Amino acid sequence: MERDNKRGKLLTRRAALIGGAKIGLVGALAARLYYLQVLQADKYTMLADENRINLRLLAPPRGLIVDRFGVMLASNRQNYRVVLVAEQAGDIDSTLDAVAELISLSDSDRRRVMREIRRKHSFVPVVVRENLSWDEMALVEVNAPELPGVSIEQGLTRDYPLGEMASHLVGYVAAVSESELTGDPLLELPDFRIGKNGAEKEHDQDLRGTAGTSEVEVNAFGRVVRELSREEGTPGQEVALTIDAALQEYAAQRCIAEGSVACVLMDAPTGEVLAMVSVPAYDPAAFAAGLTSAMWRDLIENPYNPLSNKAISGAYAPGSTFKPMVALAALESGLAVPETHVTCPGHFQLGDAVFHCWRKGGHGTLDMRGGIKNSCDVYFFEMARRIGIDRIAAMAKRFGFGGTLGIDVPGERTGLIPTRDWKLATYGIPWQQGETISCGIGQSYITTTPLQLATMTSRLVTSRAIVPRLTREAGVMTEDSSPVRPSFSPIGVSARDMALVLDGMNAVVNEQGGTAFGARIKDPVMAMGGKSGTSQVRHITQAERDRGLPKPKEVPWKERDHALFVSFAPVSAPRYVCAVVVEHGGAEGGGGSAVAAPICRDVLIEAQTRDPARRIPPSRLAGERGATRS
Amino acid sequence: MAVSFYASSRQPELTLAEKVWSLNWGLVLIVSTLAGVGFATLYSAANGNWDPWASKQMLRFAVAFVMMVTVALVDIRIWFRAAYAIYAVSFVLLVAVDLRGAIGMGAQRWIDLGVIQLQPSELMKVALVLALARYFHGLSIEDIGRPLALAVPVLLVVVPAGLVMKQPDLGTAMMLVLGGGMVFFLAGVRLWMFAAVVTAGLSAIPVVWRFLKSYQKNRIYTFLEPETDPLGAGYHSLQSKIAIGSGGTVGKGFLQGTQSHLNFLPEKQTDFVFTMLAEEWGLVGGLSLLALYMLVMIYGYAIAFRSRSHFGRMLALGIVVNLFLYVFINTAMVMGLIPVVGVPLPLISYGGTAMLTVMFGFGLLMSVSVHRDIRIGRYGDMSDG
Repeated sequence: MERDNKRGKLLTRRAALIGGAKIGLVGALAARLYYLQVLQADKYTMLADENRINLRLLAPPRGLIVDRFGVMLASNRQNYRVVLVAEQAGDIDSTLDAVAELISLSDSDRRRVMREIRRKHSFVPVVVRENLSWDEMALVEVNAPELPGVSIEQGLTRDYPLGEMASHLVGYVAAVSESELTGDPLLELPDFRIGKNGAEKEHDQDLRGTAGTSEVEVNAFGRVVRELSREEGTPGQEVALTIDAALQEYAAQRCIAEGSVACVLMDAPTGEVLAMVSVPAYDPAAFAAGLTSAMWRDLIENPYNPLSNKAISGAYAPGSTFKPMVALAALESGLAVPETHVTCPGHFQLGDAVFHCWRKGGHGTLDMRGGIKNSCDVYFFEMARRIGIDRIAAMAKRFGFGGTLGIDVPGERTGLIPTRDWKLATYGIPWQQGETISCGIGQSYITTTPLQLATMTSRLVTSRAIVPRLTREAGVMTEDSSPVRPSFSPIGVSARDMALVLDGMNAVVNEQGGTAFGARIKDPVMAMGGKSGTSQVRHITQAERDRGLPKPKEVPWKERDHALFVSFAPVSAPRYVCAVVVEHGGAEGGGGSAVAAPICRDVLIEAQTRDPARRIPPSRLAGERGATRS
Repeated sequence: MAVSFYASSRQPELTLAEKVWSLNWGLVLIVSTLAGVGFATLYSAANGNWDPWASKQMLRFAVAFVMMVTVALVDIRIWFRAAYAIYAVSFVLLVAVDLRGAIGMGAQRWIDLGVIQLQPSELMKVALVLALARYFHGLSIEDIGRPLALAVPVLLVVVPAGLVMKQPDLGTAMMLVLGGGMVFFLAGVRLWMFAAVVTAGLSAIPVVWRFLKSYQKNRIYTFLEPETDPLGAGYHSLQSKIAIGSGGTVGKGFLQGTQSHLNFLPEKQTDFVFTMLAEEWGLVGGLSLLALYMLVMIYGYAIAFRSRSHFGRMLALGIVVNLFLYVFINTAMVMGLIPVVGVPLPLISYGGTAMLTVMFGFGLLMSVSVHRDIRIGRYGDMSDG
């Protein structure tokens, strides 16, 4: 008993010790709870909110691109797509079978879906098929009850109604590439597209708009549980181009038959570009959707270079279309007058070198008007010899050659107008007089873009330093023809000289014997003036000339002459200007008057018939339009 | 009234009605309240659904409740005699699980009985207390001073703890050792022996460290510096603290816990169930729950001190001290006071075996209470003491 009592007392003591320890430990727990839930509550509340609240960006709808009359050039189309949420679908294979019974579903689509489902969280919607037609969408929607986990989502896809007809001009959008990330979180949205070319690129900032935000509650796996708040963004601005979609389409279709062609149609007094064609082109929708490697290879390997906007990126020797520059430089220098006569025996001798006129037998004796009308090479060899390269270059630069014109679409090239200093600086050897002779007929180092040729012609017919533009300023909608913009300064060439050159260009087309007489517009109200050009792309040796020149068709396409034509109409009061370059003379390998002039003729007839410069529908007047339409 | 009547009675045999009458209905009420808190929390853990946890837990509680009452009504002497047998059964089951793991069926800690997946290591927690209580009952105060006399009970603790550690279940193994140690302490084992064991244990740390699995090492690293790897090993600990802290004084409200419902909180229905409760009910809820457990402790102590047998006192104290250990380690873990170990919160955490063993323990506790006046001889026979 005694021992048991002692044992019991010890037990009681020990139990009391443990009890004390327990109270201490529970005190520690209570203190810890107080610390976490009262003292640190704010910190942990913030951390809990950071856990659960996610800010998501809402991509704004992209601004529209329209032509001068509001015709859609780039629009947003509702894109219906079928999406599948794996965790709701149960058996994915049988669900896909059921979907395939309603809409066409390729094997590669199915493989892609299975692959994405394996890779992503099971609650992330996977796109089964995009671009559903209305009927397909309705079919899936109606059968939705039997398709667990399948739903229709709407997205916006960029649509280009003119397609290949205006792809260089309008450009396209595509997914943002690594190098284009600027830190703007908008660019990191998976569906976001930015302008990669043309007006889409040029006006990308305006077209983008600003992003909206959505505050959502997410769970630990990132699944959205509910939306807490939402702020809509502002849609992108609408951009109006100076283009007339109908003319653009007409010109593109007219050009495509000749292979690789660039064509620029301008409203001369305003500098507004009405059509800018470079064919062949590419399908901008294919770029937006993502090119296959086969499509890409085809584009790269095509000798007609469809990716290049030849109207501004193609640099060609202008050939005889450059002769008005030489004529004006000669007249201004005082070293020649309109009555200066030159006799053309078919060739021109300078020291040991012989330069040939395009007409083997020669033109006989011509004055300056005749020199232009007949495009006599010897006449302009002589003019060039008299005035030298630097006077020619100075005149050419006043007309917009040798530098960029600042056209508002990416990819413009400068072309080249050589001078003595340039030659020395570039090659380290002095200028040769023979090179001046070649430059007199727009050959040698001289290169120009089709846009520069059109701008030159605009400056010829207006006597002002017209600058071409593709964007129609918001709010500036001239109601009539009130022509010249005050911002274009006079070009500073005497009216007499200018009149002579324009008269010569009239004669080229409208007088018997003019080089482009065959391509004249017979309706006198619409009649055009112009200047043809046929520029060599390779040097012809004397030996070849002695053997007799081969017919163009016998020469490889790449080595044939380019065919050029610059024109304006109506010849009595010029308004529209058109410049055409047919690479290597087109399908048949013809010269400027044979191949390029007829394109100018047809485009100018169409332009004068539609007369877009004078026709502005009331609905397009400033202030009457909202920023966007869908 | 009834208490004093039986306390003065010398008549050892009680009728069934008397036994039922003398059950600790207050304790039953507290236990049921705790279980009820558990049901509500599990209901919330399933986003306001009875399935999959709350309904099953209620069913288990119902079964366990009947078992608890039955155990309470069984004579304490029968439990005394069965103590070693229960220990032996638990031990065999434990070996069986380990063997199955060893012959390549993977690391399974349970035996599937169809209705319930029985975890022998859970069963061992009660069986160990029973066996130790019986052993120390037969040991005189002088015996306790002899190291050799302690060899058997040390083996009783260490061998199953080693088996559990191999499963590997460090948390439960540690609990067995700690719980066993508590019983040793209560039994009156000399303090210098504890000092010696603790010293030996500390010096063995470098050796043990080498045998730890990498995930176990990570847990300790993580405990020491949880913010270094918030998405990796420190995730559980950090998210648990965020959940508790963001609960504030009065909590976010029933079914409103963002951390738990949005799944930032792992294991919210089992080991981290206290976190969920503290997030939704705040400091008020957390402290109330701790207070309920403290009430259970007080009941346990009262029962122990009224028991006339050493076995009963040892058993009652062993059970409540073990219960306290579980509550403390679980809550301290989710509050970030100690490393993350897999220890459930008694009566609240979802789990079948844990519920059964905890209720079995309460049954034994009440059996001690009901049969408090029965004296047990050194070898289990009735005696006058």
